[in-house]
Amino acid sequence: MNQILFKEQLAPNVYRLRVHAPLIAEERQPGQFVILQLDTEFGERIPLTIADANLAEGSITLIFQAVGKSTKLLAQMQTGEKIANLVGPLGRPTHIAKFGTVVCVGGGIGVAPLYPIAQAMRRAGNRLVVVMGARSRELVILEPEMRALTDDVVVCTDDGSYGRRGLVTEPLRELCAQTPKPDLAVAIGPPLMMKFCAETTRPFGVPTVVSLNTIMIDGTGMCGGCRVTVGGRTKFVCVDGPEFDGHQVDFDQMIQRLGSYREQERLASAGCNLHDEAVRKGLQE
Amino acid sequence: MTFQTPASLQEAARQEWARIQTLPQPLKPRDRLAIPPQEMPAQDPLARAKNMREVALGYFEEQMRVEASRCLQCKNAPCVAGCPVRIDIPRFIAALAAGDPATAIAVIKETSLLPAVCGRVCPQETQCQAPCTVGKSLKSVDKAVAIGRLERYAADWERLQGQAAAPEVAPETGKKVAVVGSGPAGITVAADVRRAGHAVVLFEAFHKAGGVLVYGIPEFRLPKEIVRAELDTLRRMGVELRTNFVVGRTRKVTDLIEKDGFDAVFIGSGAGLPKFMNIPGENLVGVYSANEYLTRSNLMRAYDREHAVTPIHAAQRVAVLGGGNVAMDAARTALRLGASEVHLIYRRTEAEMPARVEEVAHAKEEGVQFHILQNAKRILGENGKVTGIECLRYELGEPDASGRRRPVEIPGSEFQLPMDAVIVAIGNESNPLIEQTTPGLAVDKNGHIVTDENGRTSLPRVFAGGDIVLGAATVILAMGEGRKAAAAINELLRA
Repeated sequence: MNQILFKEQLAPNVYRLRVHAPLIAEERQPGQFVILQLDTEFGERIPLTIADANLAEGSITLIFQAVGKSTKLLAQMQTGEKIANLVGPLGRPTHIAKFGTVVCVGGGIGVAPLYPIAQAMRRAGNRLVVVMGARSRELVILEPEMRALTDDVVVCTDDGSYGRRGLVTEPLRELCAQTPKPDLAVAIGPPLMMKFCAETTRPFGVPTVVSLNTIMIDGTGMCGGCRVTVGGRTKFVCVDGPEFDGHQVDFDQMIQRLGSYREQERLASAGCNLHDEAVRKGLQE
Repeated sequence: MTFQTPASLQEAARQEWARIQTLPQPLKPRDRLAIPPQEMPAQDPLARAKNMREVALGYFEEQMRVEASRCLQCKNAPCVAGCPVRIDIPRFIAALAAGDPATAIAVIKETSLLPAVCGRVCPQETQCQAPCTVGKSLKSVDKAVAIGRLERYAADWERLQGQAAAPEVAPETGKKVAVVGSGPAGITVAADVRRAGHAVVLFEAFHKAGGVLVYGIPEFRLPKEIVRAELDTLRRMGVELRTNFVVGRTRKVTDLIEKDGFDAVFIGSGAGLPKFMNIPGENLVGVYSANEYLTRSNLMRAYDREHAVTPIHAAQRVAVLGGGNVAMDAARTALRLGASEVHLIYRRTEAEMPARVEEVAHAKEEGVQFHILQNAKRILGENGKVTGIECLRYELGEPDASGRRRPVEIPGSEFQLPMDAVIVAIGNESNPLIEQTTPGLAVDKNGHIVTDENGRTSLPRVFAGGDIVLGAATVILAMGEGRKAAAAINELLRA
């Protein structure tokens, strides 16, 4: 178990892995995530949303951005290597039903967890509209996969290098202004993007589900590190979520809590660079 | 309690042992009652507050002999009735007094599976030592025979001899039992059921087995090497350990029986979601549940800053809210992580603290500052980060339902303390994960699984025990529950 069966780079710093995990593949539902750890003694536990599963192969697909110490190490792993610890599926599955028209909005790497939800919404008989955004063309991921689900795909890039120039909130606003308006929006991406998607849909009264990716350790409710304020009440992302009513989430607090260890993380990531610099200086002197 | 160096304790015990041997043998009860109780040797408080090594060092052999000689060998053995797993205490202590730790540990292991753990973390002063005749005669439970320390001595002696013998396993029955959770309850059930010849798979959600013994109780109170040795014994008995497996998510309880061929399931998934105070500021950066703080430090090894990837705040001023053993563990961990001041805030008085007296004494010796009859009203912050805490003063009023005098707030007594981390250690609520994914499993209004006195739940072939049934309890109570459930499982599978 836990072998990497396939690895590819989707975009700069963005990787797709298929990992052998037959039990998780069998049980997982859209919206759920796994926690993985690369070193049993000293590694950190990081949550990653499941992007897809293949029952025949007994595999799950993980798509991640190499940004922190552990995701950078994960990006260096090769096909055939095993992830030391992988647990899941965790979190409550997405509520899938026939709503009518569902707009799925994905930002950056958030398109990955959005994909199985879009797929399930389509299968449930919804009319599906996908809006996906990225900073630039090279960072657009899973476009062919999304286009295979629906003809209504809008791609935006911040720099206009591909698709529409601008943020995902613009097409989202246009969709909300149409009659009939969408019955549901699902927005997954960076916290600020989800916050602004929720602000966009709020005046139109379009229910908006967001999927939160907070700091967590166990993922089963025990530590409470993942807590967020939703509708004035504290909720645990791992057992109450990860999906919540975007109109109720206190995003500003969530963003602050996500930054709890920014300084430590910066030092951990910078460790190698500092070392390199020291070596270079040493060589020069 | 004043700190005495290990060397001075050893020397005093050596002299005492020499004196005891000059007395007419066998000792008369009066002579036994005159033997001074033996203090536990410990690391120097100032030194230990800066390291993670075990605080209590264990008795020297001389101390063990002296302490064991204090036991009156009461015929009615009130101590045994006080032990949740009914260890034959007088018999193992007699063996120790005779200098025979091998026999002592064999006696203990007839009924207890984790003596090295229980000798360290059991609340003996409210269990076996509470009814001890010696303590009663000397009018102080602190002067009861130190049964726990003697138990620890016997267990440590065995471990230091090399690998402990694994209990005998009956011939394979072809039956299979799933044990959910690898903490004290699960370990007990796994061992007892395996001994009866049934195959056992022990499921653990974390990447390491041991449950609260590993993620919760710190190294300085329970070295993880001891837990590893106990789990190795289970492995040698043929118990299969499966980490990274969340029953209820990776596989549902009913699927274990219906699809995977398990003949019975024991749920010992432990304490659940941490409780918070529901006061303003609790979601600020720098506010932790004790579960999170301890898990970061213990399981994820955040105290080892050189190696661990998992971070923890290097807070200088830490407030711990609560008065139980977990609060003491959190406060003492904060010191070891480099805090210059640790303030423990508790709204009743020290007499009402649920923590063990020994843990309170250790925390004080190490420099934790106790604020009794105070409670946090709100947590103060700037830019999303903790900067302080506002407390209220309390006084004791009339007794409440628990028989403890109810703390009543003094209006207008608010005051503020600067802090850069706050740890909330006020207990847990039950974890809803298994209940939510197991239709038909009856739980009470607090979410604890309902069982009969033998651990049977509302579902056939499904048993439960430990904190998921009891609410927050102790290691030994979880083991006692596990023992009863294991007997019921073995009974079921015999049919």
